[in-house]
Amino acid sequence: MLFTELLKMAGLSLVANKLRTVLTMLGIIIGVSAVIALVSVGMGVRKNVTDSISRLGSNLLMVMSGSSNRGGVRGGAGSVQTLTYDDAKAIKSKIKDVAYVSPTAQGSYQVVYGHENWSTTVTGVIPEYAAIQSLTMQSGIFFTEHDVDVRSRVAVIGTTVATNLFGSVNPVGKKIRVGNAPYTVIGLIASKGQSSVGQDQDDVVLIPLTTAQERLLGITYVRSINVQVANADKMDEVQANIEKLLRQRHRIRAGAEDDFNVRNLTSLMETMNETTTMITLLLGSIAGISLIVGGIGIMNIMMVSVTERTREIGIRKAIGATYNSIMMQFLIESTMISILGGIIGIFLGIGLAQAISKFGNFTTVISSESIIASFGFSLFVGVFFGMLPARKAAKLDPIDALRYE
Amino acid sequence: MSNVVTITGVKKLYKMGSEIVAALNGVDLKIDSGEFVALMGPSGSGKSTLMNILGCLDRPTEGSYKLLDKEVSRLSDDELAGIRNKTIGFCYQNFNLLSKLTSLENVELPAIYAGFNKTERRKMAMAALEKVSLADRAEHLPSELSGGQRQRVAIARAIAMKPAIILADEPTGNLDTKSTVEILQIFRDLHAGGSTIILVTHEPDVAQSADRQILVKDGKITKDIITASTDERIDII
Repeated sequence: MLFTELLKMAGLSLVANKLRTVLTMLGIIIGVSAVIALVSVGMGVRKNVTDSISRLGSNLLMVMSGSSNRGGVRGGAGSVQTLTYDDAKAIKSKIKDVAYVSPTAQGSYQVVYGHENWSTTVTGVIPEYAAIQSLTMQSGIFFTEHDVDVRSRVAVIGTTVATNLFGSVNPVGKKIRVGNAPYTVIGLIASKGQSSVGQDQDDVVLIPLTTAQERLLGITYVRSINVQVANADKMDEVQANIEKLLRQRHRIRAGAEDDFNVRNLTSLMETMNETTTMITLLLGSIAGISLIVGGIGIMNIMMVSVTERTREIGIRKAIGATYNSIMMQFLIESTMISILGGIIGIFLGIGLAQAISKFGNFTTVISSESIIASFGFSLFVGVFFGMLPARKAAKLDPIDALRYE
Repeated sequence: MSNVVTITGVKKLYKMGSEIVAALNGVDLKIDSGEFVALMGPSGSGKSTLMNILGCLDRPTEGSYKLLDKEVSRLSDDELAGIRNKTIGFCYQNFNLLSKLTSLENVELPAIYAGFNKTERRKMAMAALEKVSLADRAEHLPSELSGGQRQRVAIARAIAMKPAIILADEPTGNLDTKSTVEILQIFRDLHAGGSTIILVTHEPDVAQSADRQILVKDGKITKDIITASTDERIDII
């Protein structure tokens, strides 16, 4: 009963001093919208990074050839060529919790169609590659296990290659020349765009692994084996098992160095996540400081307001207002300012974030956490910084207050 | 008739540096229900202090103050606020109305703090405004009223809760002669209706409206006369 009246009183006094109310609110509005907008930028960075890493494939282990070490001269990664298609098959068949295994072999070639030619990377893969890389076909089909078995001269190409060789003509069914041998294009991969490192993921020609090894490159080894693990929790276990298996298969003596490397993309993802979370927190807390400053603004104005309204407080106390009712009246006022400012700030912040992503061409992610946290914090700021002025008002002696001019 | 106010041996002491000054130095006072008392005294006499204690805005340092047979001299701030709210109605020289509220809202204020609901409050406030013949100005702001009308709104606020005492501090101090007569007539009418009124003034003419005049000097009551039964007048100086 009394509370609703106190609400009304506080509301009336805010309406009576509109300009002052709005100016005081501005601090909170700016604070809340800054928190939401900046956190959305931080979250946007995080999303970009996470997306591009997971586009490489999630739960992915990459087995690469190790470095050679002959007479003290060490080659780079991949300089020994010991990984084979059979290693990949062994990993697939002998290790638990492995979903897909995808060995690849690569070479750079001038690909020719009619009068057009285009230099690109030709990669030998097996059908599981499509699953690991989450490829979808724009037209045609991906080659099958059978194509790998019989070393078919078939190719699946990316959109960049298709555009450069065929223009707007549908490439499916056409023959291209790679290394002077004809390959039938059987599928066109839907565009994947750029990777996180700016690599064009559509500039690819995929052919069966065995075809690449034996008919094109003339090699017996594979460049790398990508292994997708069925369960994220098993990453470390699978990694250890792969290392054990490959050491066995490659007959590496105990104590000798591995001739291969197993890389874990999850740890990269974790590191990136940590970094971007830090960035987000940093941005959010800088914006949070402006909220505190806004709160001090509220306190300042409320202090002035209490002094200005000393006489009113005296009158209210004389006719029976208790300590609590005076305190509540002023506390409600400061809280109303922060709630209203918070609500306006939320909308402004969302608008800002959308404007940044629209005009700044930058991904922003508006998170409900940042909205709730910034609004909650503004509410806290309103109550906290309203407390001192409200107590000052409530403690006034009615005799002195009535005498105040 | 029963006593509304019973004050015995009340002292109010203030510390002025190392000295102790007695604003009130042993006051005994009884006011019956339905009395119309004028409280007089020069400035510095302790008259204001006595009024503040009577109005439960202040507590005596020593002595007892019984209001409606309840000892109030040792109550907490909030308890005193409750007593001011229900048992005492204040009128001031400068009216002390809230400028942003209409007459009606001003008169409603004590009932808000007492926790009455809207319909009850409206009824009480309108009844009080009718008693001071200002029902037609209910929706006006104080700035739209004359001095006399403002004081009538203040009186309406004072009587809205049907208090045991109406305490008027120089209620005619800021008013012209015509309004003064008007306001004093309202007090006479309220008195006739059975209200207990304490009128603080330093004007002998105003004090003449009361039935009893009390003079405070140097923290003590020096004269206490029933005006109706004597021709004696109290001159302050």
